[in-house]
Amino acid sequence: MSLPESDRELIVDALGREPTAAESALFENLWSEHCAYRSSRPLLSAFESEGESVVVGPGDDAAVVEVPTADESDDLYLTLGVESHNHPSYVDPFDGAATGVGGIVRDTLSMGAYPIALADSLYFGSFEDEHSKYLMDGVVEGISHYGNCIGVPTVTGSADFHPDYEGNPLVNVACVGRLPPENLITAVAQRPGNKLVLVGNATGRDGLGGASFASEDLDEDAETEDRPAVQVGDPYAEKLLIEANEVLVDEDLVESARDLGAAGLGGASSELVAKGGLGAAIDLDRVHQREPNMSPLEILLAESQERMCYEIRPEHVDRVAEVADRFDLGCSVIGEVTEGNYVCTYTDDAGERETVVDVDAEFLGEGAPMNDLESVAPETPPTSLPDPAPDLTEAFEAVVASPNTASKRWIYRQYDHEVGVRTSLGPGDDSAVLALPEVSPPDADAAGDAPDEPVGLAISAGAAPHWTASDPVAGAKAVALENATNLAAKGASPIAAVDCLNGGNPEKPDVYGGFSGIVDGLASMCETLSVPVVGGNVSLYNDSVSGPIPPTPTLAMIGSRPGVDVPTASVDAEGELLLIDADDAGPAESLGGSEYLAQFGGTAPGPDLPTDPSARLDAITAVAREPTTRAVHDISQGGLAVALAELCTPDVGLSVSLPEPTTDAGAAGVLFAEGPGRVLVQSTDPTAVREIVGNAGRVRSLGHPTDDGILSITADDASFEYTMAEIRSLRSTIIDALE
Amino acid sequence: MTVSIVRFGGSNCDRDAERALTHLGVDSQIVWHEDGLPTDTTGVVLPGGFSYGDYLRAGAMAAQSPIIDEVESLAAEGVPVLGVCNGAQIGCESGLTEGAFTTNESARFQCEHVFLRVERDDTPWTDAYDEGDVIEIPIAHGEGRYEIDADRLDTLEAENRVLFRYCDENGDVTDAANPNGSRHNVAGVLGDRETVAVMMPHPERATIPHVGMTDGKGVLRAFE
Repeated sequence: MSLPESDRELIVDALGREPTAAESALFENLWSEHCAYRSSRPLLSAFESEGESVVVGPGDDAAVVEVPTADESDDLYLTLGVESHNHPSYVDPFDGAATGVGGIVRDTLSMGAYPIALADSLYFGSFEDEHSKYLMDGVVEGISHYGNCIGVPTVTGSADFHPDYEGNPLVNVACVGRLPPENLITAVAQRPGNKLVLVGNATGRDGLGGASFASEDLDEDAETEDRPAVQVGDPYAEKLLIEANEVLVDEDLVESARDLGAAGLGGASSELVAKGGLGAAIDLDRVHQREPNMSPLEILLAESQERMCYEIRPEHVDRVAEVADRFDLGCSVIGEVTEGNYVCTYTDDAGERETVVDVDAEFLGEGAPMNDLESVAPETPPTSLPDPAPDLTEAFEAVVASPNTASKRWIYRQYDHEVGVRTSLGPGDDSAVLALPEVSPPDADAAGDAPDEPVGLAISAGAAPHWTASDPVAGAKAVALENATNLAAKGASPIAAVDCLNGGNPEKPDVYGGFSGIVDGLASMCETLSVPVVGGNVSLYNDSVSGPIPPTPTLAMIGSRPGVDVPTASVDAEGELLLIDADDAGPAESLGGSEYLAQFGGTAPGPDLPTDPSARLDAITAVAREPTTRAVHDISQGGLAVALAELCTPDVGLSVSLPEPTTDAGAAGVLFAEGPGRVLVQSTDPTAVREIVGNAGRVRSLGHPTDDGILSITADDASFEYTMAEIRSLRSTIIDALE
Repeated sequence: MTVSIVRFGGSNCDRDAERALTHLGVDSQIVWHEDGLPTDTTGVVLPGGFSYGDYLRAGAMAAQSPIIDEVESLAAEGVPVLGVCNGAQIGCESGLTEGAFTTNESARFQCEHVFLRVERDDTPWTDAYDEGDVIEIPIAHGEGRYEIDADRLDTLEAENRVLFRYCDENGDVTDAANPNGSRHNVAGVLGDRETVAVMMPHPERATIPHVGMTDGKGVLRAFE
């Protein structure tokens, strides 16, 4: 890939001369789709990114939001960011995924925060395919290796399989950071004369041209040809950087910061000064290097990992060097902030000084023209159900054993999800719940019951490829509602979300139409739910010889609640099992985007959504906070069938009688429809649940827990039952294939 | 009067140990390995993590750090020393305790809750329990399989220096309950003195109630 001719002409016009080789390479990378969002930025204004909790919205390394607390003097901010590392993870799954973790963690550091949680959303081709399993094994090991070593718990996430990820898996990583308000720093350069200091690993020739590599389709031979564009991570250096960054921020030594990611030093340093409306004078030869004879262009663009660029007042430079030295990190003063252009020079061994870059930083950062691409809007799929319909037990077993709905324990067991001693509810439930003992919840004083009760922080992340493949707009709305339902099921109210929008080649009108569809769907549901979308990441050209990926809107949402004593997604032997589902729009029985249709063929619109999703979520949140609520589990992929199977434990089963079906899909619609915003609740006070829910949904009793560990279901005129051993065996698809 | 929690580059359970001890009302501080132990040190924690990235062999580099000589001197004086996870690996690498913790039988990192049987209750680490008690504590390691040659294992057993063994919830020490293939299901051992112990499971992750389990606090009570 080289600079497109039309871009080159613009640049020649602006500079009044031909760009140098280093400038061309810098423009090629910073004006790439990956960095400049040329095809997606026109769509992103659809997102509502403001709200009373939002401190820093989109555009910085990570977003910053305020945690609702009891006392205004008791402020705590959180950072929230998400990043994709898709192409690198195909070429080199271990290092590609590992460095994806590293990148989003450094985005957290550059806001002045300390990382406290990671969430990974992974998407692979058909599970039956050996190559998909190879990629998954490598990706999970890479995340495990890096995340565990740096001591940041991976507390939740998702893993999905769809044949269209075959040639292009997705690795989306979200990170939450803890940020005392006085430590907030941004990537906006502050003052001419301040020094630019590079701290971290030495620069080598790794990851050259990563940004432009991420902005084109993967070729058939990408696994061998593109390996030099994949960076190699060093989690030990990252851990040292986390600790050093904390000291620098605590001692108030940093004016602004940006981590080195796409387009390396050139990207980070030019973006930093551009945001401040300033320039820079950088001596590339002063960068600490790992390899001999690196050219100025290589120093400028290498994507060596674990490096941060700081703006430091001259009088603080010595102390910064001392801190870096204490943590065995390299440190070089590479130049300073100026009022002029972004200028990079290089002095060779013979003492010859050469200017290799001299451009306006803002033009470099913001000058890329936007693409106006042709788009074909996706159509709502017609209803066409499998005929003859499969036997209900055959369908139950196929859906419960699908790798999409099966237990993900094989994955999350490899992640340290408890380091940090905050994790109250880890992976495998609807959302993770972490304790923030440093602050008290807003209504703590009023309740007066638990004076030292922490704020509970709930985190949910994921998407549902079958939903958005089938119907991008409705599917993306459902993804947003599903993540919010995951929080509500644990009694948490949303604070904010970030999105990671993955699409295929946008130059294909139908692909771009599908991508526009997920943007619209996600934006509209987040607005309906009053959840500000405070940042995100776009990854296009996820296209290979096997075609485009399904448009995939990964959403990472955080919410808060008083305390961490939450109802889990496991039943005990008391009370009644209730279903909160239907409202005026009728029960959610459309099989659109369901695992059932993925298994047995067919199409349908949907998934169905409630008429007033916001009221529904408020009701679920209130129910989940009731002391008489023993368990809450949201219904999503795999529908009621999977939710019921997941609720049972070796000791406690469920005896369940399903409601009458209301659609042509019959009992399959009741059992396998995936419309979000519905939950199963185990309560010892069903009357209270009915009162709380009111008009926001219908509360129906499905049956009760039993002490025999058997799940028995009566549906329509059929009746069947499974022992827990049988359920466990069905749900162990992933572990069985990989152990 | 303070418990020193030794931080190496790559330690990542140091803050957790500090929080857990603070929760128990025990005064503690994190000490950077290059700074040496404060003179008022009354106990030492070698915390978990990936010291030096585990790049040579888990715990091998940290065991060569000069601060370990200071830890050994205090240990010889009877000051309580506890190594957890990577700290246990450092303890074995430095000779504070016998044997070695090496790659799990699964060859994968495992983060999960396990049951431990308390093998003796006459040590400071187990004073809060009774012999035979079953406690639930998390593990999180890729290299936690306890290995030691047969003769030394016999000696270790004869000297009653096994502190904890992996077991099932009923206290039965079985292969199925052994998460990593450790010899004789060993999860934690004592050093030359009863005041020195290392263990792979994380008592500091089972001390503060908001994480949902508190069975590990008895171990940290040794520092009270």
